[in-house]
Amino acid sequence: MSKIKCALIGPGNIGTDLLYKLRRSEVLEPVWMVGVDPGSEGLARARSFGLNTTDGGVDALLAHIAADDIRIAFDSTSAYAHAENARKLAAHGVLMIDLTPAAIGPFCVPPVNLDAQIGRRATNVNMVTCGGQATIPMVAAVSRVQPVEYGEIIATVSSRSVGPGTRKNIDEFTRTTARAVERVGGAARGKAIIIINPAEPPLIMRDTVHCLTVDAPDQAAITASVQAMLAEVQKYVPGYRLKNGPVFDGRRVSIYLEVEGLGDYLPKYAGNLDIMTAAAARTGEVFAREMLAGRWQLPTHLATEAIA
Amino acid sequence: MSLQGRKIRVHDMSLRDGMHPKRHQITIEQMKSIATGLDEAGVPLIEVTHGDGLGGNSVNYGFAAASDEDYLRAVVPLMKQARVSALLLPGIGTVDELRMAADCGIATIRVATHCTEADVSEQHIALGRKMGLDTVGFLMMSHMAAPEKIVEQALLMESYGANCIYTTDSAGYMLPEDVGARVGLLRDALKSDTEIGFHGHHNLAMGVANSIAAVAAGAARIDCACGGMGAGAGNTPLEVFIAVCERMGIETGVDLYRVTDVAEDLVTPILDFPVRIDRNSLTLGYAGAYSSFLLFAKRAAAKYDVSARDILVEMGRRKTVGGQEDMIEDVALDLARAKAAA
Repeated sequence: MSKIKCALIGPGNIGTDLLYKLRRSEVLEPVWMVGVDPGSEGLARARSFGLNTTDGGVDALLAHIAADDIRIAFDSTSAYAHAENARKLAAHGVLMIDLTPAAIGPFCVPPVNLDAQIGRRATNVNMVTCGGQATIPMVAAVSRVQPVEYGEIIATVSSRSVGPGTRKNIDEFTRTTARAVERVGGAARGKAIIIINPAEPPLIMRDTVHCLTVDAPDQAAITASVQAMLAEVQKYVPGYRLKNGPVFDGRRVSIYLEVEGLGDYLPKYAGNLDIMTAAAARTGEVFAREMLAGRWQLPTHLATEAIA
Repeated sequence: MSLQGRKIRVHDMSLRDGMHPKRHQITIEQMKSIATGLDEAGVPLIEVTHGDGLGGNSVNYGFAAASDEDYLRAVVPLMKQARVSALLLPGIGTVDELRMAADCGIATIRVATHCTEADVSEQHIALGRKMGLDTVGFLMMSHMAAPEKIVEQALLMESYGANCIYTTDSAGYMLPEDVGARVGLLRDALKSDTEIGFHGHHNLAMGVANSIAAVAAGAARIDCACGGMGAGAGNTPLEVFIAVCERMGIETGVDLYRVTDVAEDLVTPILDFPVRIDRNSLTLGYAGAYSSFLLFAKRAAAKYDVSARDILVEMGRRKTVGGQEDMIEDVALDLARAKAAA
């Protein structure tokens, strides 16, 4: 089966873990890793896997897009860098999957709204945040049963799994996640809390979802919906587990989750990073299948240059 | 060492940490009357917000009787000499709430992180300083890190712009020598014009002794709560600390009789239960668990028919940190399941 060729931008922890996942894909073939630092360990690793690499940033990649038939790019740089990367690659007709908090394109949480993104022919989708990927499926599992007045998520992550970018701008995490709890999760109002825990050995990511339903919760329907959603997420994150709940207390519905990663490049406790890269890979694969089936047409004014 | 003539500032916690035993239900009228009493008694600094700081309103921590903004707008204009502070935990509140609180007229912002995670406070401390606020870095659960680590983290906060650094005994776990070691090293390592503060909890009855140890080691700000109204067995009781300071010649500028009256006439009558050392609050200090877990553990214990003490010990064993209230129901459910299987 032929594969859709893709590029990874940003050879850090996230980009490298994503590379491990894409190398296993039946429909995606990672061919380029793009960085800006010649000494980057991530670029060296990508080279050892047989990828083409450049330390010249996205500008150095542009010349190869048509020749190497790159159709999808994954950006795990920073919100700041993403805006420019997105503009340049969009002009070359490359579909962008954004793992930064830039959120230029619509939020994408695969089991909730990936189909809708394909339906609306999005050309740039944003993967929200790690906490968002872990919890929003469950907010949606409740809101698809009955209206949710308020959705709140608490993501607790190991100190070792939180990089300097997130630490420098932790407000971005809480704001973006809260917004996606509303827009994708379907809660009328959203709130997000992140707790960083330094325990050794590092704790596996924990996530708690609290929903306040408008009317008394339909316990049987919500429990069934939560179980169904659990199975959906487990398709791409096998270590996604329901530890307790759903607990019903008046109008409160609480769901207690644990996310263990696959341990590809990042350790298993870093389920927060794993669910991000797994969701991005899943998103890329679904788009790739559309492309392979001939159902995905790049915008024609852009595609001529890219595919010619 | 004589502390005669040492000048310090006390910072009252009853209207912020005291929100925990009140399930964040202190009314605006009660806030106004207690704050006015403290102001008249000469207390220089008073903290007012949700117990978990700005943005704390949530299912996880509880929704307060009024918004942070309403509390601040009610209290700040009434103060004749006292200045009002707000607490902010990055990850819970954001710079948006900091801007709101500054607009309400707070003089001090206290940015709190777990004692090893100071680097999440950079944007909030930098903004506080830029807005001209007295900006405090607040290292919670300080018993969980060695004094050298506390210093390393304090230096980060100082570099972001904090002009005062607290070592905070959120679990009421520390003993006087633990406090003295941390404050002493901080005093040596930080700039001479950076103040050091200590925030204690009374879970092992060490609130006053620990605070005196902090003063002896160079702390210039001490957190206390009028009537002891704070999380767990409460904070260092303000009126007791003031009395001890008077005996030792430490100058606080607070009128002892007036502050004892505020405790007795205004704070004690609004308590829902006596804030004191009992088997559960003692367990917080013994197990090293965050003091705000107390009421959540009691409620979960009652709901799932397990012991609150067992919950708190398990929370300590799991090395939970401040803000992990969500894990209490999770632990209670695990304990109930284990009990049913036994």
